[in-house]
Amino acid sequence: MAIIFTLNGKSQSVDVSPDMPLLWVLRDTLNMTGTKFGCGMALCGACTVHINGEARRSCITPVSDVAGKKVTTIEGLAMGENHLHPVQQAWMEEDVPQCGYCQSGQIMSAAALLSKKPNPTDSDIDDAMSGNICRCGTYQRIRKAIHRAASSMASKAHSAA
Amino acid sequence: MATVPLVNRREFLKTGAAGGAALVIGFHLSPAAFADQAQDQEKKTPNPFDAWVRITPDNRVTLVLGKSEMGQGVYTSLPMILAEELCADWKQVHVEQAPTNPKVYDLGTGGSGSVEGSWLPLRQAGAAAREMLIAAAAKKWEVSPDTCKAKDGYVVHGHPERSFRYGELVADAAKLEIPNLNKVSLKNSNDFTIVGREVHRLDTADKSRGQAKFGIDARIPGMLYAVVARCPVFEGRVVSFDATKAKAVPGVRDVFEIKTSGRGASTTGGVAVVADNSWAAIEGRKALEVKWDEGAAVNESSEELRKQFLDNAAQPAKNVLRNDGDADAALGSASKKVEAIYELPFAAHVCMEPMNCTVHIRPDSAEAWVPSQGPQWAQEVIAKAAGLPPEKVTVHTTLMGGGFGRRYQADFVMEAAEVAKISGKPVMVLWTREDDMQHDFYRPASYHKLEGALDSDGKLTAYKHFQTSTSIAAKWSQKGADDPGLGEFGTGATIPYTTPNIRIEYTLAHSSAPRAWWRSVEHSSSGFVMESFIDELAHASGQDSLAYRLKLLGDSRKIPQFGEGREDYHPLDTGRLKGVLQLAAEKAGWDKPLPKGQGRGIAGFYSFFTYAAAVAEVSASNSALKVNRIVCAVDCGRAVNPNGVRAQVESAAIYALTATVKDAITVERGRVVQANFNNYGMIRMNEAPPIEVHIVPSTEAPTGIGEPTVPVIAPAICNAICKATGKRLRRLPIRVEDLA
Repeated sequence: MAIIFTLNGKSQSVDVSPDMPLLWVLRDTLNMTGTKFGCGMALCGACTVHINGEARRSCITPVSDVAGKKVTTIEGLAMGENHLHPVQQAWMEEDVPQCGYCQSGQIMSAAALLSKKPNPTDSDIDDAMSGNICRCGTYQRIRKAIHRAASSMASKAHSAA
Repeated sequence: MATVPLVNRREFLKTGAAGGAALVIGFHLSPAAFADQAQDQEKKTPNPFDAWVRITPDNRVTLVLGKSEMGQGVYTSLPMILAEELCADWKQVHVEQAPTNPKVYDLGTGGSGSVEGSWLPLRQAGAAAREMLIAAAAKKWEVSPDTCKAKDGYVVHGHPERSFRYGELVADAAKLEIPNLNKVSLKNSNDFTIVGREVHRLDTADKSRGQAKFGIDARIPGMLYAVVARCPVFEGRVVSFDATKAKAVPGVRDVFEIKTSGRGASTTGGVAVVADNSWAAIEGRKALEVKWDEGAAVNESSEELRKQFLDNAAQPAKNVLRNDGDADAALGSASKKVEAIYELPFAAHVCMEPMNCTVHIRPDSAEAWVPSQGPQWAQEVIAKAAGLPPEKVTVHTTLMGGGFGRRYQADFVMEAAEVAKISGKPVMVLWTREDDMQHDFYRPASYHKLEGALDSDGKLTAYKHFQTSTSIAAKWSQKGADDPGLGEFGTGATIPYTTPNIRIEYTLAHSSAPRAWWRSVEHSSSGFVMESFIDELAHASGQDSLAYRLKLLGDSRKIPQFGEGREDYHPLDTGRLKGVLQLAAEKAGWDKPLPKGQGRGIAGFYSFFTYAAAVAEVSASNSALKVNRIVCAVDCGRAVNPNGVRAQVESAAIYALTATVKDAITVERGRVVQANFNNYGMIRMNEAPPIEVHIVPSTEAPTGIGEPTVPVIAPAICNAICKATGKRLRRLPIRVEDLA
């Protein structure tokens, strides 16, 4: 039976086993490979997506769990081709990625953090980001990029107000 | 060691014609630092070309690069070198991954050798292209080339200035003879405008948008996905299997046995489960029933291996690698003798992207998508499996989600080729995290006994290092011979500290665990051992760790790398080693006192022709350890992209920190115990200390940077712990109980 959810703003229907993890539905059924496989046990965060705005590990989320919900992946985070999310922008400015494999998950976790805590402390960053492993060790650049994204979002909000 | 660049005129014309009006120059990149036995033996003939500069009428400058990108930044640093000599506008410059064509490219990326080996050839190629473009412009203007100059992608002349874009000159320039690359005039480094600049990586946008394509992202119409059930015991074999339940899993298409063997195989093969998607394959494998012949290795364990180490250490060493003077006599008559045992475990690479490879074998050709540091080897492996000549195998080298030496191997390629051969469809063989961690080629486990003799002034009168380990050489030698060569010491046998008597000894220990090159290879153990022991000698002499090192390093001089056979081959410069130690110490505030319970430790080491030092600051008690800060200094010659150099040092520091304070790979009943991040932990955000990186300004040719920081982190941390608590830790990784 088809499972219907909203994927990056558009309605998506998939006809797969309901216990198939969302990760593999995204990657293998829908060929959306930006979300990465790292551990299969919610230990590394490479597969992080947003489900109804919350950061979730898609590798342990059965696709049936997202029926009727809003799923955002790294491909849907930017507001348009030339309008990156402030977190993505900050990632580029701080030159965060090395191999880049974990960065989709890092960015999704960081974006979820900033949506809840627009001005996170270092300890907030530790709490929100310690589920995401980066084997290249880009942690201090990630930290800087999150602070940078926070201030750019704050100044935008300020100028809009 | 720069190779002689060969320009093959015919090759140039052929490719030039095929690409339309394009100026194409071929040259040879040599990773001098990297002596890969497997590759050396596989490849008999040197190849004339392994990279091209291609300039097209649309003004694009493309470097077709026979190096692969695993995070180390070669897609940025290498084109910078080219663009510098070419006087290109950086915005014009692009990178294209080279196809695997052994006649043209010699692909292989490792040993921290890409920038080091490409520095001169890329400069020469860029300079040759610049000279040809200038000559073409001069001819059009009917002026002497000496009166023209290249600038930001233009050739300019006269006052008022007239100019041609490079793209406008390509057609004419391509008709000119390529100058002798050894005679082209290279830029004076004072005129550099790109090399040495803080440049952002070219691949960051894709990697921040989920658009970068790694091997695991290969999506081919009609492809299937497979996982392989492998015997958990090293070298075990399939006896029989029952696929009934596996085939009942929806989406599973086929289940069959594959065999892998020979150089590069990590297992003997296994049972492949092929399915419509990765998840069905994984679920199918869970349902699969396999009867294994676990073989002789089932009796192996970490405990048994340690017993071998202890037995070997109690016997006279089998090999004496180096014997200067008479270390034993000096130790016998020393006024003070220091002795210490150091131990390091197996370590896994743990690339974030698990191993994978996609292969499609057709009757007369094959195509593969491989995240590989050695795609040439991958091509040969697939060709062999498919029964095709290598030129019929097209290998797409993809981005890699980490390499660290793991992806130089061809085991995962071999499996994919075998599965694809039987399946006939394009198939990705995907490794799960558990597969990746339990079937790695591990950094060897090792045991070291160090002895030092001191006179009454603390002068080192003898240095003796006995090592027993599960060597890489023994794993890779055809006979499995007890011949460690120098591979297990590296520059650990090149002693920078002044002493008249040196003895270096080795005894091989047996293990069936696959071993190979792990980020910094043998330097990770040699650096830990040497720099911990020197610290112990400093303490025994009652001297400051830094001052003692500087004193023993003595006057600045060059020490030939032991075992290189050539005195002038990148000798160790004690002045440069002192330089990084002093810089790290100065930036860390070496002399500033720390609160009680905290300590500062230092270490310096030479590897991959680069000098690295680290100062670690820790808070340590008998039950807890926190690394508060790491200050690194590196001298890697000229820093082509300081931003990239810093990134690599930060990365190597975290990689080494994980190996220092997290988990060991251990063996029980012939199999690896650790399987995923729950029992083989990685440093995470909340544990990552700030890392400061200081680069020694230098005009020397650039040297390696991906690995050289790894060896100095563990000793700096252990030396800091000793300062904080008085407790000397000699076994990695550090366990909480060791602090008690």
